[in-house]
Amino acid sequence: MSTATAPARRVRSRVWGPRIALLGPGTAWWLVFFLVPVGVLIAYSFFSRGPYGGVIYEPTLKNYARALDPLYVGVLWTSVRVATIATAAALLLAYPAALFIARASPRWRVPLLVLVILPFWTSFLIRTYAWIVLLNPAGLINRLLRGLGLVDESLPLLYNEFAVTLGLVYAYLPLMVLPIYASLERLGPQAAEASADLYASPAQTLRKVTIPLTLPGIVAGCIFVFVPSLGNFIVPDLLGGGRTVMVGNVIQQQFLQARDWPFGAVLAMSVIVLMFVVLVVQAQVLRRTQEVEHGRPA
Amino acid sequence: MRDRFFRLLALVAIAGLVLAACGSDDAGETPPAASDGGTTEPVDISGTTLTVSNWDAYMPKSVIKDFEKETGVTVEYAIHTTNEDIMGKLTGANGTGFDLVFVSGPFIEPLVGLGYAAEIDHSQIPNIANLDPEATELAFDPGNVHSVPYTWGTTGICFRKDLLSETPSSWEAFHTAAPDTEGKMTMLGTDRWLLQPALLTLGYSVNTTDPAEIEEAKAWTMEAKENLLAFDDTTFYSKLVSGEASLVQAWDGWCEYGRLEDPKNIDFVIPDEGSDLWVDNMVVMESSENKAAAHAFIDYILRPEVGKQIVEFTFYKMPNAEVMSAVDPAVIEGYPTLAISPAELFEQEVQTDLGEEGTILWTETATEIKA
Repeated sequence: MSTATAPARRVRSRVWGPRIALLGPGTAWWLVFFLVPVGVLIAYSFFSRGPYGGVIYEPTLKNYARALDPLYVGVLWTSVRVATIATAAALLLAYPAALFIARASPRWRVPLLVLVILPFWTSFLIRTYAWIVLLNPAGLINRLLRGLGLVDESLPLLYNEFAVTLGLVYAYLPLMVLPIYASLERLGPQAAEASADLYASPAQTLRKVTIPLTLPGIVAGCIFVFVPSLGNFIVPDLLGGGRTVMVGNVIQQQFLQARDWPFGAVLAMSVIVLMFVVLVVQAQVLRRTQEVEHGRPA
Repeated sequence: MRDRFFRLLALVAIAGLVLAACGSDDAGETPPAASDGGTTEPVDISGTTLTVSNWDAYMPKSVIKDFEKETGVTVEYAIHTTNEDIMGKLTGANGTGFDLVFVSGPFIEPLVGLGYAAEIDHSQIPNIANLDPEATELAFDPGNVHSVPYTWGTTGICFRKDLLSETPSSWEAFHTAAPDTEGKMTMLGTDRWLLQPALLTLGYSVNTTDPAEIEEAKAWTMEAKENLLAFDDTTFYSKLVSGEASLVQAWDGWCEYGRLEDPKNIDFVIPDEGSDLWVDNMVVMESSENKAAAHAFIDYILRPEVGKQIVEFTFYKMPNAEVMSAVDPAVIEGYPTLAISPAELFEQEVQTDLGEEGTILWTETATEIKA
């Protein structure tokens, strides 16, 4: 790298021009709209709340100490628990659906995929309100169950953790289906056919061939569902009736009600750290799958 | 090469951070200079733009259009969903971006403290004389130095007569549920109103910052939570209409939205322990470069024939005797909370700012209650 010869320099300039042109806009976007805001957030987390809100530039660690209060650790734990359950439920629903779409005749695949993303055409808020109509004690589901004589009294379907989980699964299910579908599509039917030729039962093929080879899609889907679930504050507010508090709600309360931006920043940081951990796990899984695909070095 | 690229990237990032930090730092120390505060000469405001932020559906569109027609001012009408929302926008932009904002009483003191609120020039608002005397001596801004009241009201119990065996008369209703209210009640979830039923029942101030009193109120509210259907700030009246709820904590005007849909069965009561007096106000921003138009807008709102349209549209009372006597008597008869007198309202405790420690303690308590 130290002494570059003339031809090498020419090659480099030929390569770097378009590279910068291609990378530039994305990098600038990422810098201005992601890195700088996160940097501001980190900076705020070390300062103090002003007497009337806002930020006073006096360095302190007290916001971090306060975040360790069992109250906030408990809220974070509830959020992780709810987001995990929602992710698992979404995976159980999405995998068979993705498999069905991938195995459908090519003519049907596009319409089926359109159906998966169809809900995104309407506002998330309105779709969440729609669940209130469905789940409330006098709502459609309860009336149907009572009408069929399956239950005597309305089931408590709304304003609890169940409703929050359901709302999250519903909101983010397409984000699980799509990456799994993509990896099934990429895998193609050959591996499963080879497995069947070798006398594996369909269940064995699914367990030992299809699922391991689509693991990257599964992990990507899990992240797409887990991450926004963890930070969501609309669903706990509307479907949880304000009785299930998740970390997104507390962050919102700190920025708005308490006007305590530094403490809100600390809580937001804790979510960012959690997501970072999740991404590290994803990288590990990806690396291992690649080792499997390309053969493990002996 | 790659290293250098990343080093450059890091440099740019750091430069960006420093710039951002410096920018807000500078702005934090020097509040924007006042431009024309205190002038009494009539200024030609036609052709100017006035940026206002108010709650959604809190003013008929016709009022804004008429003002534009009369003055030649273009009104940019922004919407905020809560006081906290507009406070966040103002804090983020260091008090700039709006000429006139609508906020509730407890937020006047922070706006003044942050240097965002301009002094009101009474000479530019002749109609300020229409205000009820009670509205000129409100605890959060006596003498209307920084704010002019827009609407006011109280919080009470909104209920379904046909679903309850007896008329509720006490905040205790939330705490000791009856068979016809168990799991069929909602309370307001925003910090300030969340603790109010408890504080009023226990005989404490709705502005208390005493940790022991708040602790007691927390315990009361957590017991009450067991009886609730939900905490609800936005759809409680439709829950009442649908019968999902039979008794809810409600602002007077919002209860009237329920009565609008079910006039026979929905009613409102101020409990025996009393309640709060909340006031929504108009505040001119110190950073505004069009204070003359902001004052003209306030003056316009305080006119009887304009205020009347607002009251008949929002079902909220204005602290303005001229306006209230201009309101169609049939409307007041149909929506009786409009008939609550200023004197009766003034018996309730005015909500004021809780201060730094108090605000933090209240929010933490609200989180504990809901978690």
